[in-house]
Amino acid sequence: MTDGPLLQLRDLHVVYRSRAGDVSVIPELSLSLQAGEALGLVGESGCGKSTVALSIVRYLGRAGRIAGGQIVFEGRDLTTLDLAALRAIRGRRIAMVYQDPMASLNPVMTVGRQLMEVPMIHEGVSARVARERAIAMLGEVKLADPAAVMDRYPHQLSGGQQQRIVIAMALIAGPALLIMDEPTTGLDVTVEAAVLDLVRELRRRHRSAILFISHNLGSVARVCDRVAVMYRGGIVEEGPVRQIFANPRHPYTRGLLDCLPTLGRDKRQAPLVPIPGQVESATARGAGCGFARRCAHVEAGRCTSGPIPSLVVEGEPQHRVACVRAGELPLWRRRTSPAVADDHGADGEPIITVHHLTKVYEPQRRRRFGAARPIRALADVNLAAARRQTLAIVGESGCGKSTLAKVLSGIEIATTGGVTLDGSEVGRLGVDARSASLRRKLQMVFQNPDSTLNPSHTVGYAIGRALRRLRDGAPADVGAGVARLLEVVKLTPAMASRKPHHLSGGEKQRVAIARALAGDPDVIVADEPVSALDVSVQAAVINLLNEIQAAHGATLVFISHDLGVVRYLADHVAVMYLGTVAEVGRVERVFAPPYHPYTEALLSAVPVPDPDAAVARILLEGPVPRADEIPRGCPFATRCPRRIGAICDDTPPPVQQLAADHRIACHIPGAELQRLQTPLVGSAAAGR
Amino acid sequence: MSTPVAADVLSASPPATARLRPVARWRRRLEAFGASRPAAVGLAIVLVWIVLAVLAPAIAPYAPNASDLTALAHPTPSRAHWLGTDHLGRDLLSRILWGARPVLVIAPLAVLGAAALGSLLGLTAGYYGRWIGAVITRACDIVLSFPVIILYMIILAHFGSSAWNIIGVLTLTKAPIIARIVRGMTLDLREREYVAAAKMRGESALYIMLVEILPNARGPLIVDMCLRTGYNVIIIGVLGFLGIGLPPPDPDWGGMVKDTYGMMMVWPHMALFPCAAISSLVVGFNLLAVGLRELGLRD
Repeated sequence: MTDGPLLQLRDLHVVYRSRAGDVSVIPELSLSLQAGEALGLVGESGCGKSTVALSIVRYLGRAGRIAGGQIVFEGRDLTTLDLAALRAIRGRRIAMVYQDPMASLNPVMTVGRQLMEVPMIHEGVSARVARERAIAMLGEVKLADPAAVMDRYPHQLSGGQQQRIVIAMALIAGPALLIMDEPTTGLDVTVEAAVLDLVRELRRRHRSAILFISHNLGSVARVCDRVAVMYRGGIVEEGPVRQIFANPRHPYTRGLLDCLPTLGRDKRQAPLVPIPGQVESATARGAGCGFARRCAHVEAGRCTSGPIPSLVVEGEPQHRVACVRAGELPLWRRRTSPAVADDHGADGEPIITVHHLTKVYEPQRRRRFGAARPIRALADVNLAAARRQTLAIVGESGCGKSTLAKVLSGIEIATTGGVTLDGSEVGRLGVDARSASLRRKLQMVFQNPDSTLNPSHTVGYAIGRALRRLRDGAPADVGAGVARLLEVVKLTPAMASRKPHHLSGGEKQRVAIARALAGDPDVIVADEPVSALDVSVQAAVINLLNEIQAAHGATLVFISHDLGVVRYLADHVAVMYLGTVAEVGRVERVFAPPYHPYTEALLSAVPVPDPDAAVARILLEGPVPRADEIPRGCPFATRCPRRIGAICDDTPPPVQQLAADHRIACHIPGAELQRLQTPLVGSAAAGR
Repeated sequence: MSTPVAADVLSASPPATARLRPVARWRRRLEAFGASRPAAVGLAIVLVWIVLAVLAPAIAPYAPNASDLTALAHPTPSRAHWLGTDHLGRDLLSRILWGARPVLVIAPLAVLGAAALGSLLGLTAGYYGRWIGAVITRACDIVLSFPVIILYMIILAHFGSSAWNIIGVLTLTKAPIIARIVRGMTLDLREREYVAAAKMRGESALYIMLVEILPNARGPLIVDMCLRTGYNVIIIGVLGFLGIGLPPPDPDWGGMVKDTYGMMMVWPHMALFPCAAISSLVVGFNLLAVGLRELGLRD
């Protein structure tokens, strides 16, 4: 092999056909990747990251076309290869891992068969050799009992296991380049941490180069050597991971870092700074810097005329940035909260209280063989949210946090126990049974921006209808009310005539917030309201929720799997596991020792956007027990790294009141936990 | 494999239609038809038939039931009778033009009736589920499992054949198919978050079904209605052929074929021209349906 880079993109130009003619999605992009190197490609959605990956293997589909430039891989230009030669490279020399593992696996074949196919097709080895290699590979991706896994079908495996299989399939041919497109985006944080660690370890062993595409700066920091930041189809900044994170030069890179909620940020001390506007369409490309219209440092003339060259940063020869003002901007500083301060004052009286709440789903149909077991989604949950405060509920998927939201909002009703809303018992009242005034007191913001608004209705109708239904009497002027609400969520009143498919994800979520605000609710339940949004948009929506809460004095029940967001926004946090509350308390107490062992594992799994962050890693072993097979004792006992013995398996843990506003459910005494644990957030955040 | 970035780029383009006035919006929609060849051809065929039917009293060269006894000796197409005459000397062109009128009223009305009834049944079955859904679904299956021609014969023979009775029969037999489609979509749509949001502001079930769910089922529904209109044209022809269609002597395409197919060997044009009329209209509706599906009927 030659000494040159493994992969080199030279002036790559990609266009997509659309009704309005060809659109240059990637106008001109150059990039190189050395053998064995891991390069992270980051940027908001719509900036062309996936297009780059797809054009490397020429998988652009019918609408896309490489209009110019070269893709040189191992000395050959992939843009000119015929399909047969390309097939020999795909899968064998270049392998891809996509976001959704289920879409990459064939549901009617055992995973073993699918793994064996790769060497059998590409290297023509016998089935027996292929089987041995497949089993060895499954061992390498840390799947327990590889021989048994070989005979499973994809649907019999969890999401994390499926992604491991896909990674095994990608690596089994020993590719020189592994392209990973958002490989951990759909996974829970503890699973994500394990997969990222696996990628790091396998990389060292297999010496494959990795092109790692992600919108998550934290996971990029954990895996990559070098980072390239993309914006509107071009690379705006590129360099070694340490230099990019310590000394970001491009305003866009800084924007991405500033809008990222991390474990060290708190809404009182280090506010998030969203990047204004949104990624502009590729059709309207003016002269000069593509980021100019969203940039706070833009200078008319210099930034907006002529192409922006990519220049080497002074003193950092491998660090390049495409910004004419890069040298003039002040140095960037990581925004972190100073020492944790307890300055919240006393809590108000609770407006919503959950007491001994249990929700059991009865199986719909009796199974023919063996009785179907009821599924216990919530078990004896006790929580309270004070007026004007934010209660965050955090946990992995399947922990019951969404079920709790549904019971609070009346979409589901409690099996036993109850919910008190401003003095009225509503746990057994479905939405239909609640009075108009109760409905007005509690409204909800949903997770999915694409399904939260009715695509057939205009924004004005959606908000106006909520105003009419939830306000007392008929408001004199619904139009004016809609305009006022749109202004509250920082949208223009002209939006009222739009339909949802003309809105971006962030705009839809704002409209949904305006709709929830129509009745001036006392409690807003937000179920993962920002998890489907880009970081930059997410920051703006989080700030909006925060402002609205301060202005309207509403209580926010905020459900999230993102600990960074929770740390930033919450006053109180409840950590849930398998339908029970493992730990609950003031946010700075939950995020500091003594932790519940589960909280500790969650916190240590969060990818921190700082390559130097030395975090004591706790990896959880084994799968989450199924909801119909919850352990008798502590629900976390099967995976707990601090399990102390049989008592954990047999006896439900006592709830320890560690402070006036801090409870954990664990057999280990709080003082003992305090002694065993080191602070996880401090070490990650205090650095600089 | 999809091209996610392309989708983002396209959706990020300025929302032009949002600000257009209604006239301009309709013009834009019509232009969109040009983007799909089947849609354009289908729309053209159907529009031509509608115009011909509307203008039939003005453009038909003869009265539909007037016999030209001089043409009886030579009923084949001639300068006086462009499509020839039938065995009673009636001008075929005039009869076909007049015959388009009842078809183009009965077929769409029957589809609208079926859509209304079927949507209500489908929404109810899908939204409530449980036993209500089961009862409606079973009832629809029973109707669908009947040999429809026999059903038509029994009902029309019993109640007499008139335009309204035909509309009624077609509505009853087509509604279950529409109900099935709407039920399927409702099962999906009722889980959307905007439906939960409507429940949370205390909307009635009827409002949720008609205002929140039905409009979002309209795409596939309109495509299917177009298809059903074509099928109804066939069925109206079949009923006419079986002699239980519109009562004579007014022209009816199916009836025209029935009266003359015995003379197929001698004078094929008498049966073939009405058949061609039926086929072209059916093809028109089918192409329109294919085209609408292609266009996805957004906005």
